[in-house]
Amino acid sequence: MSELALHISNGIINGPVSAAFGAVAIAGLAIALARGRADLDDRLAPMAGLVAAFIFAAQMLNFAVLPGVSGHLLGGALAAMLVGPWIGTACVATVLVIQALLFADGGITALGLNVTNMALLGTAAGYLLVAALLRVLPKTLTGLGITAFVASVVSVSVAAQGFVLQYLLGGTTEFSGGIGALAVAMAGPHALIGIGEGIIAAATVVTVAKVRPDLVYALRRFRSAPAPAAEAAVPAGGAA
Amino acid sequence: MSRTRLGWFLGGGLLVALVLAGVVSNFASSHPDGLESVIHQGCELNEDGEIVGGECVAQQAQDHELADSPFADYGLAGVDNAILGTAVSGVLGVLVTFAVGAGLFWLVRRRGRDGATAVSGSASGPAAATSSGDAAGR
Repeated sequence: MSELALHISNGIINGPVSAAFGAVAIAGLAIALARGRADLDDRLAPMAGLVAAFIFAAQMLNFAVLPGVSGHLLGGALAAMLVGPWIGTACVATVLVIQALLFADGGITALGLNVTNMALLGTAAGYLLVAALLRVLPKTLTGLGITAFVASVVSVSVAAQGFVLQYLLGGTTEFSGGIGALAVAMAGPHALIGIGEGIIAAATVVTVAKVRPDLVYALRRFRSAPAPAAEAAVPAGGAA
Repeated sequence: MSRTRLGWFLGGGLLVALVLAGVVSNFASSHPDGLESVIHQGCELNEDGEIVGGECVAQQAQDHELADSPFADYGLAGVDNAILGTAVSGVLGVLVTFAVGAGLFWLVRRRGRDGATAVSGSASGPAAATSSGDAAGR
């Protein structure tokens, strides 16, 4: 049918449930933009555009996770770390809308489902992990990398279970074995996809932190003490 | 001042994204992703990935509303060369996503009193101290 399909297509979830999640997605995005506006200054705006473009590119890079099964980055945890939860949500949603409208990937009727799973749930779950981990881990490159990795694994797993919930509410056919079997079937490969995504996200966040630590939202937000304004060094001494 | 200027950072980042989407994407795995493989469980597929038997979730899938669009499925309509199609789609997607994203966020951004960027994010206190000097980087 299709050469590269990354997201939920039309017809998998019924119309009413798709429409309901469309409303959820619109409401969630409205809140995200309203709250994110406080974070958006002249510097974050183009950075957020770059994060969206990078996530678009990374989503095209399917990597093998099991024989005959691949996976790709979703980007919620990465976006949350780089530009914060609110604008990060909007970044992932921007990617999904462009994929649906320009590349016919992810049905337009199914857009609310995809936005809810990856932009809302994925980013929220990723950010909760980031917020928790960066309070206990040192604010070093290592701490940042571990945070990005763990947050990505959880983010992808939560997004995958979002589809299971949607299928429970409005699946158009039976999954053999029932909804529990679907949850298990989704969890396995997406745990592996999360590991792949975690490696990409950690490498990306660490690279940005090396070049421009001031552009990493998670470092600004969770720095507990003023760090020396060293040029290339990551604000590593902040935790003490 | 030796910190990478924002313009260079954005340009470099965009270049990386363009290479990933335009070049590296052609080396990506062509197997179905996690979701696709799960919704095809129970079905028999032929070599082209089309369903030829069995029962699975994906049988309910309907065509995309814009399946005939020129860049559908990250290809290029009328061009048989899959590598070229993916490259063009990837480059176009990165540029459009950056333009739409940056444009949208620029429009809804918080306007500073003087346009300077000394305040960054909601936890501005310590961050502001280290981001001074970024004005030159804009």
